[in-house]
Amino acid sequence: MTNHIKTLRITTLHVLDQEEALSFYCGVLGFEVKDDVDMGFMRWLTIALPTDPEHLVLLSVPGAPMHDQETAAQVRDLLTKGALGGIFLTSDDIHATYDAVVAAGAEITQEVVEQPYGTDFGARDPFGNSVRVSQPAEVSSEEIQRQYDAARA
Amino acid sequence: MLTPSEDTNRRMLRARDAMDRRFAEPLDVPALAGIAHLSVSQFARVFKETFGETPHRYLQRRRVERAMTLLRQTDRPVTEVAWDVGFASLGTFSRTFSTIVGCSPSEFRATHEPVHVPSCFIAAWTRPREGTVVSEKRDLPGGP
Repeated sequence: MTNHIKTLRITTLHVLDQEEALSFYCGVLGFEVKDDVDMGFMRWLTIALPTDPEHLVLLSVPGAPMHDQETAAQVRDLLTKGALGGIFLTSDDIHATYDAVVAAGAEITQEVVEQPYGTDFGARDPFGNSVRVSQPAEVSSEEIQRQYDAARA
Repeated sequence: MLTPSEDTNRRMLRARDAMDRRFAEPLDVPALAGIAHLSVSQFARVFKETFGETPHRYLQRRRVERAMTLLRQTDRPVTEVAWDVGFASLGTFSRTFSTIVGCSPSEFRATHEPVHVPSCFIAAWTRPREGTVVSEKRDLPGGP
């Protein structure tokens, strides 16, 4: 590597309401607020997991002055259709996480499923972003491929 | 907070998520329409306006996508795969699969190796596109 890039620092997530986003990401998933700065033209609001404090998620509301009205409407349209991607998280107790998410009334897109690479489930944030949570299996990629090959032999 | 069209998007996404979650069960259109807070007659029309295809077609693609994954990743018999993904008859499954994918389930299995990427990515990206037949023939040994 010659470009000296070291870490993934901030990921942007489009949300429609920052307070509602905080209720979900902090209240349900366990993120904590890192920066909350009202800059007038926008509210710089970042969150991070206490166990992964260096990786920030910027909760960004589409709209002026970043977007013109039509562009903001397009982003909101895609977001509410579930077309803007989302985030992948890991848990060290996937069933406890799932129970907490369900108890909070979040929408589940996939129940807990055992996969060769681990155990995972899917949910939506209040706006339509996809949230996947996985408890990775303690096996290598080579071992997972070997299991697939054995199943097909 | 949401405009009427965004609210509709969100409700239709909830109905589509329910199909993603319960694809192996018989499709209950009144229940799906209820999730979207629409009448049964409005539901299919609004779903198509939102996602570009009817709920029935989406469910078919969803089931075929799951079948492709099971055929690729496991050695379950084709009959059981058909049942696993929500088809009540092997004939309907084979016909639907061939129409959407462009080859039979057995032919698909014979020409596709298992891969290890997260299943939700396989689910999203191998779901056949609306209105197209995915050509798998080029992957056959010896060519078409």
